[in-house]
Order: sequence, then structure tokens, then C-alpha cells
Amino acid sequence: MTALRKLTLTELRLFLREPMSVFFAVLFPSVLVAILGNVKAFRKPDPALGGHRVIDLYVAIAAIFVLAMLALQAAPVVLATYRERGILRRMSTTPVNPVRVVAAQLIANMLIALVAVGLVLAVGRIAFDVSLPRNAVAYAVAFLLTSAAVFALGLFVAAVAPNGKAATAIGSLLFFPLMFFAGLWIPREVMPPVLRTIADLTPLGAGEEALRAATTGDWPGLGPVAVLVGYLVAFGLAAARMFRWQ
Amino acid sequence: MPVIEVSNLNKRYGERVAVDDVSFTVEEGEIFGILGPNGAGKTTTVECIAGLRTPDSGGIRVLGLDPRTDGAKLRRLVGVQLQESQLPEKLSVAEALDLYASFYPDPADWRQLIADLGLTAQLKTRFGKLSGGQKQRLSIALALIGRPRVAILDELTTGLDPQARRDTWQLVEAIRDKGVTVVLVTHFMEEAERLCDRLALIDAGRVVALDTPAGLTAKVADEQRIWFRPSAPLDDRLLGDLPEVTSVTRSGPRVLVTGREDVLLAVVTVLAREQIRPLDLRVEQATLDDAFVALTGRSIDTDEETTV
Repeated sequence: MTALRKLTLTELRLFLREPMSVFFAVLFPSVLVAILGNVKAFRKPDPALGGHRVIDLYVAIAAIFVLAMLALQAAPVVLATYRERGILRRMSTTPVNPVRVVAAQLIANMLIALVAVGLVLAVGRIAFDVSLPRNAVAYAVAFLLTSAAVFALGLFVAAVAPNGKAATAIGSLLFFPLMFFAGLWIPREVMPPVLRTIADLTPLGAGEEALRAATTGDWPGLGPVAVLVGYLVAFGLAAARMFRWQ
Repeated sequence: MPVIEVSNLNKRYGERVAVDDVSFTVEEGEIFGILGPNGAGKTTTVECIAGLRTPDSGGIRVLGLDPRTDGAKLRRLVGVQLQESQLPEKLSVAEALDLYASFYPDPADWRQLIADLGLTAQLKTRFGKLSGGQKQRLSIALALIGRPRVAILDELTTGLDPQARRDTWQLVEAIRDKGVTVVLVTHFMEEAERLCDRLALIDAGRVVALDTPAGLTAKVADEQRIWFRPSAPLDDRLLGDLPEVTSVTRSGPRVLVTGREDVLLAVVTVLAREQIRPLDLRVEQATLDDAFVALTGRSIDTDEETTV
């Protein structure tokens, strides 16, 4: 297991050497919460949002933002670039299977996500009195399930992208509409019914719903769980089938 | 027992035949060259040996193991330096070595390895900031870090300047001197001539010759060519009558004499007797390039492009 540990450490180290990735995936979501929290109107309960404050919603949306940034923007580019530059191929001449690089990349990203989401929750709690998840176990389950679904999608992007540039393009093409449906620009609560239905069927929309349910103390509903499992299975299998090592 | 045995290897990509019935053996402790023009099937051949590609037919044994079924064992015993393979830009030399060392059960001391390769000053340098020669040396270090018994080096010096190329040759000889069997893929005649104990000349997927560099050149051309400018008028017949000489021709002030092995001694003896000094004396022997031309009917392509 020393190889996997070393690979994971290497991936973490390389991630920290990309200032843009560190900023957008780790710091920006908390900055977003801080900025929105400073708008006075967003700190008042809103009947249109079921009595929640805007800032309450954005803590969950910021957590989703972290996962989307890592899974759709950072990881696919790294893996597609590794393939493009023959790094995976080189590894397949050693006793260590390049599958471990993918595993190390996922583990490293999950560790980074834990730190970034922890930061978001801390900023929300300390600065704006946003309650921490009331059902911690349900939150952990929702978090893992959403991560699994969105990283499966990210691995699929890494599998189909011929090179790093293409992975960046495909990742961005997915990131913005999916974040829209997660409520980054308008919360799902105030979306027109048609948009809301579509949002419920997207991985990030379902993920946000699952996280929010756990935040208020409930277990995620069957709907979002089914959607997330669906994305995990469909894109996980497709990625596993289509991923090329060289 | 040979270290590597390749017998009747075949590999095609769709319609294109990349490797056509290739057979050779590599003995323990030698530098074995696979020489040929770009696209001749050299890389495909060694990739089959390294277990990176599956041949369509034919047998491969490396240290008694079959790359198709004993891949895991083999990867511990064979170090591979691949053409066009890189590392993450922002990974430092020391980090790369430490990482790759963790892949092997009994890795070499990478600090010693890197000292031998002259990269100690670059330990903290990131891969993206290394020069071409330094990248190649790191690549060699990574191929050797698992203490392999066989090292496969593919187009090691392509893209390097002449000085870096010569430095790299010394490294390859040092590897062999440590008892590692080396398989060297190249399209540089000079490199093959200088380094290889034996070599397989490959063209269009086929082995056209298999011999030592000297054996190859001797086989196709035992002719020597002597160029000189006589210091005093010279009667060509004096040389033409010598049994060792096959032809005497003039090109302006210069004389070209061709002949067998001992022609130089015979010509110089006659010139000394006539008290004529041969100015600008030049002796040309057949090179591997001549051997290649004689065997295939065309010159090896020596452009810097690499095959994929």
C-alpha cells in the first residue's frame, strides 16, 4: 500500500501547486458564502424559500460547488493530461497498475473536498449562524453519494476526452449548466416548475436536495437518491468501459 | 540461456503490418540494438517484449517469462524507458524518484543512482524545467530504479544535442557494465555502431540482418576508399597495377583509390617508393549506413521525427 499512499501524497502535492485550482475549489466557495452573507436581505427568513434565509441555501450550494469544481474541472483534466503525456502508460511498465493513479486522484480529491466543505460549513456557522447539519450521518451519506455520482461523471469526461484541453472544455461545458440546476444563480425553490423538475433530475440538483435534507435533520428522499445512484452506475460503468490508458 | 527470445513475432494494426515474422535473441550482459528507419516496427517490437502490446502471433520469452501471462513478475525485472513519455510538469526530480522507488519491492538507492547520472543538482527542479538531456537522464534513472535485469531504452537520444547524446552513450555503457542487459532502439547509425554489441537491422517490419556492427559492414562492403592529393605528378598505372587495388579514378587534383583490406598499405608503400606524399589523405570504410543501403536498397531515414 505504500505505492498508493505515495501516489495520493503526490496528487495532493501537485494539486496544491495549481493556484487556480486551490482558489476555485477550496477558497472560493467560502468566499462566496462570506460575500452573500454580508448582504443584509439574505440574512432574513424568506417565505418564498420556505422560511429559510438565502444564506442557509447557499451553504449547501457552496458545498456542491466544491464537488463540481473538483470532479468536473480538476480531476478530468489531470487524468486526461496524464494519458496524453504518457504518464499512465509509463506506469504500466512498472509493477504498479495505473488504476492506482486514478484511485489516488479520487482519494486526494475527496480529502480536498472534506477540507473545503468543512471550511464552508465553518464560515456559515461562525459568521452567519447557519446551523451545522442536524443529521450528521445523513449528511455524510448524502455527501458521499453526491461525490460518487459527480466523480463518476468526471471520470467519464476523463475517459472520452482525447487530451487535457478537451477535458477542460467538456468539464466547463458540464460545470456551468449543472451548477445552474444546483441553484448557483437562482435557488431551486424559486425556479419555475419545469426548471425545477429538470433540476431534480440533474446530479448536482439532486445532490443539493440530498445535502439540504440532511442539513435540516431529515434523510435524503428516495427521488434524489435514485437520481444520484443512476448517474453513479451509468457513468461509472461507461467510464470503466471506455477509459484508455494510452 | 538467452535473456530475451523472440520467435516469429507478428503484429498488425488493421491492414498495416507493423511487425512481420521477427525473430532474434538477446544474450545476458550485452547491448542489443534494434536499428531501422522510422516506422519500421522497432517500437512495436519492444513494446511487445515489455508486455505493453499483445502480439498477433509468435513467442516471446523474457528471463524465461511470457509477457502475456507473467506480466506482473516481468515488470519487476524489466526497466523500460519509453519514447515520448513524460512526468507531471510540477513534480520535482526527487519526488519522481521517491514515488517510482515505492513501486518496487527492492528499489535501488535513488540518491546514488541520480549521482551517477549527474542530476544531483536538479533534485529540487520540477520536471517541466529540466532540459531535454536532463529529462532523458531522469527517464533512465526511473527505468533503473527497480534494479532491473533488463533495460529497454527506446529512442534514448532523439532530440538531444550532440554533446548530450555522447554523454548519454556513456551512461548506457555504464548500465551494461553493471551487468544489466540493454535493448536499445534507435534510428541513429552512429549510435548503434558505437554502442551495440550486436544488432538487428529492421526494415518494414522484417529483420533484414542480425550481426555485430563490424560483421554487418564487413558482410556488405569489404571495400575501402582512399582519397588523397599527390604532392608530385603520379602515374595512375603505378597504383592500378597493384593486386590489392580495384580502381583508380581522378576527381580534379584528388585521386580516389578503391580496394580490399590491405589496399592502404600497398598504396602508401608505392607512394613512399616514388617519394610522393599523399596530402589530405582520407580513408573511408563502409558504415552501417552503407550496410543498410546494400541490404534494403535505400538509405535509412535519419530525420528527427519519432514514430508513435
